[in-house]
Amino acid sequence: MSDHSHKELPFWRKYIFSVDHKVIGIQYAVTGLLFLFFGFCLVMLIRWQLAYPGQELPFIGSWFPETQMIGGIMLPEFYYQLGAMHGTIMVFLGVVPLAVGGFGNYVVPLQIGAPDMAFPKLNMMSYWLYFIGGVLMLASFFVPGGSAQSGWTSYPPLSVIAAGGQTWWLIGMAFLINSSLLGSVNFIVTIIQLRAPGLSFNRLPFYVWAQFVTALLLLLAFPPLMAAAVLQLMDRLAGTSFFIPTGLVVNDAITHFVGGGNPILWQHLFWFLAHPEVYVLILPAMGIVAEIIACNTRKPLYGYKALVYSVCFVGFMSFVVWAHHMFLTNMGTTMSTFFQITTMIISIPSIVILTSLILSLWGGSIRFNTPMLFAIAFLPMFAIGGLTGLPLGLAAADIHLHDTYYVIGHFHYVVAPGTIFALFAGVYHWFPKATGRKMSEFLGKLHFFPSLVLMNCIFTPMLIMGLAGALRRMYDPTQYAHAQAVQPLNVFISISAFCLALAQIPFIINFFYSIFWGKKVDDNPWQATTLEWATPTPPPHGNFLKAPEVYRGPYEYSVPGQKKDFWPQDMKGAN
Amino acid sequence: MTQNYYGWGLPIDISTHGAGIDKLIWIVHIAMVLLFVGWLLFFVYTLIRFRERPNHKAEHHGKHFKLPTYVEILVAAFEVFLLLAFAMPLWNQAKNQMPPDDKALHIRVIAQQFAWNIHYPGKDGIFGKTSPNLMDSSNPVGLDSSDAAAKDDVVTINQLNIPVNTPVIVKLSSKDVIHSFTLPVMRVKQDVIPGQSIPVWFQATQTGDFEIACAQLCGLGHYRMRGFFNVQTQEDFNKWLQEQAPK
Amino acid sequence: MSDAAEIRFISKPHPITGVTNSKLGVWCFLASEVMLFGGLFSAYILLRIGATEWPHGSTILNVPLATLNTMILIVSSVTMVMSWASLALKNFSKYRFYMAITILLGIAFLVVKSFEYAHKFEHHHYPSTNNFYGIYFTLTGLHGLHVIGGIFLNLYLLLPGSKLWKTNPEQFMGRVEAAGLYWHFVDLVWIFLFPTLYLL
Repeated sequence: MSDHSHKELPFWRKYIFSVDHKVIGIQYAVTGLLFLFFGFCLVMLIRWQLAYPGQELPFIGSWFPETQMIGGIMLPEFYYQLGAMHGTIMVFLGVVPLAVGGFGNYVVPLQIGAPDMAFPKLNMMSYWLYFIGGVLMLASFFVPGGSAQSGWTSYPPLSVIAAGGQTWWLIGMAFLINSSLLGSVNFIVTIIQLRAPGLSFNRLPFYVWAQFVTALLLLLAFPPLMAAAVLQLMDRLAGTSFFIPTGLVVNDAITHFVGGGNPILWQHLFWFLAHPEVYVLILPAMGIVAEIIACNTRKPLYGYKALVYSVCFVGFMSFVVWAHHMFLTNMGTTMSTFFQITTMIISIPSIVILTSLILSLWGGSIRFNTPMLFAIAFLPMFAIGGLTGLPLGLAAADIHLHDTYYVIGHFHYVVAPGTIFALFAGVYHWFPKATGRKMSEFLGKLHFFPSLVLMNCIFTPMLIMGLAGALRRMYDPTQYAHAQAVQPLNVFISISAFCLALAQIPFIINFFYSIFWGKKVDDNPWQATTLEWATPTPPPHGNFLKAPEVYRGPYEYSVPGQKKDFWPQDMKGAN
Repeated sequence: MTQNYYGWGLPIDISTHGAGIDKLIWIVHIAMVLLFVGWLLFFVYTLIRFRERPNHKAEHHGKHFKLPTYVEILVAAFEVFLLLAFAMPLWNQAKNQMPPDDKALHIRVIAQQFAWNIHYPGKDGIFGKTSPNLMDSSNPVGLDSSDAAAKDDVVTINQLNIPVNTPVIVKLSSKDVIHSFTLPVMRVKQDVIPGQSIPVWFQATQTGDFEIACAQLCGLGHYRMRGFFNVQTQEDFNKWLQEQAPK
Repeated sequence: MSDAAEIRFISKPHPITGVTNSKLGVWCFLASEVMLFGGLFSAYILLRIGATEWPHGSTILNVPLATLNTMILIVSSVTMVMSWASLALKNFSKYRFYMAITILLGIAFLVVKSFEYAHKFEHHHYPSTNNFYGIYFTLTGLHGLHVIGGIFLNLYLLLPGSKLWKTNPEQFMGRVEAAGLYWHFVDLVWIFLFPTLYLL
């Protein structure tokens, strides 16, 4: 194994097919950021069509082939491809790889005092499977008939009778599922086995706890989607009828399927993954926010134990709420009662987590640096996202709100100004560890404040539109009389979205500028206590110069009687 | 037709059962706003009061709060109240309290890409036999013309007319993919699943011209799968049905 | 730097958890496999409940051949244990013998299975014929892929991977044990598949 050799590895082993968790983490993070950017570009095309349906896309409209746009006017085929791929890319290729693959890989081994992940080669394989999955997804835009266009949920029978790109989507998903399987096994084993001496589970940074629960969710929730993908591939390629009922008539002609299947089966298998997936999106974000809040309030987290119990409980409960996405599939009273109750129950630990994070601010000495701004902005944004989930979780209110823009507003509040803000916070926070330089505070704030305002300009109107009954996945939102009244909001949202894109420019400049010319910092620029700051900066292969030992909990800030206001976990004796 | 029923709030409600749903939505939202605003005030106050400044130090042993526990219990109790007082009874009403068969008007709706086929039983009140093998563009519901009960059946495309103040039971089915039968003003939304026949019921309280929408992505024409939903007086409805009847 | 950079518990078990990294990893992997096959079995149950008619497996599938295959897999599980036990007794040539037998039995299973498949195709029974055949081919096909994976894993441990025995016998035994756990799991899945598809 390369650990023993001190000789320089060739470039391609060191940076491309590397087994070092930090290089893999950065690969994941950069690829994830690129996919986030690409997914955002897709949605801007969608926003143009929604604000100005049937109007020519200015400047770049003529660049698109005739299968996508004619004379700069978007075709419905392309619109639905964009919709399906925006969802898929953001969730499976953007946020999860950045949150789990990127931050998880980079930070978790450092925070637990390990030299690397438990299985470095599997780690490398996990990244490359993800990479292949991403390439397949992108390539599907260029196959005849275009990419998947049945929504990121891919409900059959529509997805079974859809054009060729759906097969690519399913195969791409198979790669992504196996990638996350390898990743999650690696995380679980690493966290259980490789903690530094003294780092017991109740001294674990909350972020590691969050990643641990996330890994368990990925491990157990993804396989049923794999099963579903295999079944749908069989339906598409081998002509089976797992999701096809008897007597299917498409375009006035009986189809070749023998039938006897059940379309709802897919929805059960899909949501059995996709609800835990929501928590895969949000738990690492909560972890990042907790780390940054503790560090920048200079005091311990409020209710560490309650946080840990809540995160475990949320993880467990997320397996038994899936059918609240399916209230309208002819669900009886027993089933709907069960899933409404579990949905209400899962809201309680989420409130506990949020409350603990806010109360952590009380009594602190709050530094408003860029990572902290993003981290505290996460709190109210996630609160809105969580609260708006309440009416959707009540089956009766869901009758009116289901499949409207209310749903879109709700889950985007959780993921966009929620998780993505937390991820930005993480980038600003751990950038100095990875590069030895700080990102610019001025550009950071220029990034933060417009983003915060614009995110709300985008997603609050969606809630209003949803209450008015405007339905999602409409190529032309002006078709329905009941949606015409709120059409001006669509224009407002789209303009805000374009401005939000501009507001990301400072981040991009900041990112590249700071890699080369950012302010140089020492090993622990934020005066933090957790182990990742006890390594040299950037950490060498193997991370720690001397195997660390842990003597105390993760957030010993402002301890009375100490000289400094932080007491690192690995410091023997007083400070 | 040009009357404007819609604004920025909830669409008007012309159903007998919709008031409960609307009330639930309002109560939840008022509670949400109260909770959020209270919470936000505390949040902003905390940020200002505990900002970093000279001669201000963080406390290692923070204050222990009792209030959040009470708030959490209150929220839990409120959720139980919503479930028991609204969500469960309303769902039960929608699913299990169908109007009696003989009092209600029965209609079949057969969805396809991208139209709503509406099937009335006609004078005899019995739906004629149908079969997928007979479906084509001139016979969208696959009506079997050899069946006596089918003779007086009325089939329309994208035109659902119902009489006001009469309970209606609609049996939903789909030929091809999943659709979702939506009457925004009637607070009705139900996925239409191929291979199943799903009943929904409603009763209109006022006449007017409204629309049927499809809420579940069903293909490229999903956005234009719009139907007309007209609530008429009983006399107008009878007259209309007579005009539609096969000669 | 050397001790700080070493990944611990690769060959020696963790003092508290009592397992090596690879063993814990395999258990996690198997948990996820349980969810995969669990998802497919649930699909099977739902399809069968919803079906108007569902053929009895014993009337259209070849039960004697499948029984033979069950025996083959059970014996291969035993030889897999024997190969590991041989390592524990430091008898490397015996390990190779039993490992080779395990691999051959795995191949025998696939050969029998391919006869079954060929026979079905001859009679124009394809996955698209009905949902019984659909789920039969999907479940046994996926299981077959797992068997193929296991054979390759065992081949690696028999040939190039066995070099590790000389340098780090403890780690090599850990690997054989992990492969064994996987092989038993594949066997176990078949033991569920056999009655579900062929007998019920």
